[in-house]
Amino acid sequence: MPANTITRADLCEAIYEEIGLSRNDSAKLVESVLAEICDALVGGENVKISSFGSLMLRSKGERTGRNPKTGEAVPISPRRVLVFRPSNILKDRLNQPDASPAEPRPSRTSYSPG
Amino acid sequence: MTKSELIARLAERHPDLRAKIFERIVTTLFEEISDALERGDRVELRGFGAFSVKDREPRIGRNPRTGATVQVSRKRVPYFKTGKELRERLNPDQGG
Repeated sequence: MPANTITRADLCEAIYEEIGLSRNDSAKLVESVLAEICDALVGGENVKISSFGSLMLRSKGERTGRNPKTGEAVPISPRRVLVFRPSNILKDRLNQPDASPAEPRPSRTSYSPG
Repeated sequence: MTKSELIARLAERHPDLRAKIFERIVTTLFEEISDALERGDRVELRGFGAFSVKDREPRIGRNPRTGATVQVSRKRVPYFKTGKELRERLNPDQGG
């Protein structure tokens, strides 16, 4: 079964149903939450949402990469990247015995114990 | 920035709304995202980023301290990919 994709519209609908604001206000507030998180990250702050996880900034130094098409070496400038560190609560929620199991991937080399 | 700081900043930005409502909004939002990931769904927020679930195959791990081998079972891990707009804002001097 292919995974569904949840978008802003679904989050707005959840806020609308849960909080009882108008659809218009719900949409604005979802946007406002995301904007506040973005601003914090751009300003150099890590963002930690308890029971969900943290978005952590990592600074990467300059390195040499390659254009995969031409094989040409190109310098990759130093940059800031984001890493998501899920909380233990979220990790556990994804691996409960009753949660939908991880997709079996029979095409890959199957592991046989022992 | 912690969850409570996020709530405080939102309340400051929206003085027209009762401060208490932001606790519920932020909680509902992340609960909705967690629920989606639990179902194995992907959460795509343009400009911000996308949360998805990746499957990790079972593997033989090692306790780095003792060197003992341990069976690590198959598991699902959440993954975040930064959206284009946010990535560009984090690195304003670069072309992308």
